[in-house]
Amino acid sequence: MIPGHARAGGPSGALRPAPRFGREQLKARVITMRRYMLGRVGQLVLTLLIYMTMVYFLMQAMPGDISQVYLANPRIPQAARLELKKQLGLDRPPFFQYLSYIKNFFTGNLGVSFSHYPRPVWDILVERLPRTIVLFVTANCLSFYVGFVLGRIIAWQRGATVDRMATVVGITFWTAFYPLLSLILIWLFAFTLNRLPLNQFIEPALWIKAPFTSNTVFGYMVLGASVIALAVFLIFWVFRRGLRRTRRSAAMAWAMTAGVIGLAIWIAHATGTLIYIWDIIRHMILPVCTLTLINFAGTMLLMRDSMLETVQEDYVMAARAKGLPDNVVRDRYAARNALLPTVTSLVLSLASSMSGGLVTETMFSWPGIGQVLFRAAIGNDYPLATGALVFTGVFLLVAHFVADVLYAFLDPRISYTGQPAAEG
Amino acid sequence: MTELATSPDMGRGPEKQLPRFDPGITEPIWKIRWKMNMRSLAQNWEIFKESRVGMSGLIIIIAFGAFGLLWPIMINFVWDPLIYHPVVGFDPMLMHPSPPVAGHLLGTDPIGRDILAQLMFSTGREFLLGMLSAVISVVVGTFIGAMAAYYGGFTDTIFMRVADIVMLFPFVPLLVVIGSMIRLSIFPFAIILGFLEAFGGITVILKAQALQVKVRPYIDAARVAGGSDLHIIRAHIIPNVLPLSFLYMMFNVTAAIVSEATLSFFGILNIDMSWGMMIHTAETAGYLFDFGKFWWLWAPSGFFITLFCAAFYMVGRGLDEVVNPRLRKR
Repeated sequence: MIPGHARAGGPSGALRPAPRFGREQLKARVITMRRYMLGRVGQLVLTLLIYMTMVYFLMQAMPGDISQVYLANPRIPQAARLELKKQLGLDRPPFFQYLSYIKNFFTGNLGVSFSHYPRPVWDILVERLPRTIVLFVTANCLSFYVGFVLGRIIAWQRGATVDRMATVVGITFWTAFYPLLSLILIWLFAFTLNRLPLNQFIEPALWIKAPFTSNTVFGYMVLGASVIALAVFLIFWVFRRGLRRTRRSAAMAWAMTAGVIGLAIWIAHATGTLIYIWDIIRHMILPVCTLTLINFAGTMLLMRDSMLETVQEDYVMAARAKGLPDNVVRDRYAARNALLPTVTSLVLSLASSMSGGLVTETMFSWPGIGQVLFRAAIGNDYPLATGALVFTGVFLLVAHFVADVLYAFLDPRISYTGQPAAEG
Repeated sequence: MTELATSPDMGRGPEKQLPRFDPGITEPIWKIRWKMNMRSLAQNWEIFKESRVGMSGLIIIIAFGAFGLLWPIMINFVWDPLIYHPVVGFDPMLMHPSPPVAGHLLGTDPIGRDILAQLMFSTGREFLLGMLSAVISVVVGTFIGAMAAYYGGFTDTIFMRVADIVMLFPFVPLLVVIGSMIRLSIFPFAIILGFLEAFGGITVILKAQALQVKVRPYIDAARVAGGSDLHIIRAHIIPNVLPLSFLYMMFNVTAAIVSEATLSFFGILNIDMSWGMMIHTAETAGYLFDFGKFWWLWAPSGFFITLFCAAFYMVGRGLDEVVNPRLRKR
């Protein structure tokens, strides 16, 4: 592995880091990056089409098709049934049905759900998607961060009690039977201790007199949270890159963060949405914690393994020989280079964390895509199940894409043809 | 085994050549190979023994195996099938669900079946399911990975694109959809899981490993000596990626058991008894709302699922130290 630490942020704190690239290199990088992104978008569309085809044929292969469920009502006379079948296009050959399915998907027409009868599938899914995204993104970020921090600590103290304990606890949660784990958590925190709300998304008693719908509040909440996250990221980025690192500038950065959050809370209070937002957040705590508990150990154990490799590198020994403090060597030298394989596996584990998401949403009655998919599948609601499965796939594709692009930005060694340039 | 991989002109028959080469070897070559394999196995075993995590996992698996093997003995010679049958048994002498009593060491479930008997009966099934799906995924995955790495080009592209898509599939939602429409029993379920895993991540990882093997000099030597493609893949590439596939087999057992338990818990699979099914029974009968009081309904099976998966995962981590020399202590 190439010791890339000279570029990945200056290790000695007081020094201003050198600019990463010259202007020419930057230009070339932007051009290759653009080409890479275009290629990835092309692949994305192709993969999406193949995925949709597979979902379609899976649904066709299932016993009992849509027409039977939809038209099975014995009160419909035979002539009307045929007419309906013709109107629905079910008398055409399968290939044309497939084509119209693809066309309908891209024009936003996914049919009408059986179980929520007059509502179109698209409407339901668009309502549910943000809730899944919020749960998924929060839990994944949190579990990645927890796993990263714990992993670098236990790798640094290899063989110590902390290492053993964390490995045992991590493996237990990683392989725990998570429907049962979530039931236990609900029972413990919501039922016995009575600290957190019992399932669902909102507290109906509180919302019945609310002047807003939960979707509006939730939308503003997500928007506000993203703005806060962006602001905090910018503050710390400026602090890391542009300012000298002194105690005063650190204090300033933290003060600014606190100011941003305070401002957000004040705005929420002024518009009268604060209690409602707090209600939604309270309902989020348990599902997010469960997902984090299930997922963090994977990152942690992987971080530990990859860190065990980097601590044997020469540049780590050099940094230690220079007399840098232990935690600086650990965090700035060893951990940064150990991060990349962990990020790769994060990209690969998105799908499995979506599976965990379905279970969590079902167990906590969190009205997201996973719960919709589960109920639709159980209730033989074919249009909704198809739509939810395709939406899950699209969501994962986009998540993969974002993670890939982030990864390409993170690792300067990636040649943008999809293959890592230097793999050791 | 007729072909002798090391040298092409030994194929004419060993009795003629022995005087000419006189390598001083009187044993047939398969015996030498066997010995070498045994020696490398013994070395790997030494490394594996060092890892405490791996060894404890192995011990737990052996304990589970013994527990599962007890089942045919118990039901045939010790227990009365009318009372202790895991699916249709019923004990008329007790109120159900009954807490642990003398005849039922772990109590009974809401419809009067013995929990211990259910646990014991399911152990063998879980082994079967986990091993079957893991073996399928690893055999298929290894073969595809080796082929993709060796041939490259078109074969490689096709399998890698397929892997991309399969990796995209969220398994549990997909299986929920399949399972809710077809009643899956244990064998089809294991086969579907095995193939899903085979075409997904495992192919990519094994292909990366096989690519490293492919550029070694002995592959060229084998090709120069006239080895066919299939022979090179079978005799040189696959044995060298086998440790890694074995490692992933352990992880796949964990994945298969967790998927089975989750789907059984939701009542989607057509399986008469399994650990997930036991929790499903307790949940649908409404006994999970009071965890502390009816602990024997969920704790043994939940504990078994976690322990069983953890054991395979731990063995996998122990094997990881065998496969990845950099993870070892010194």
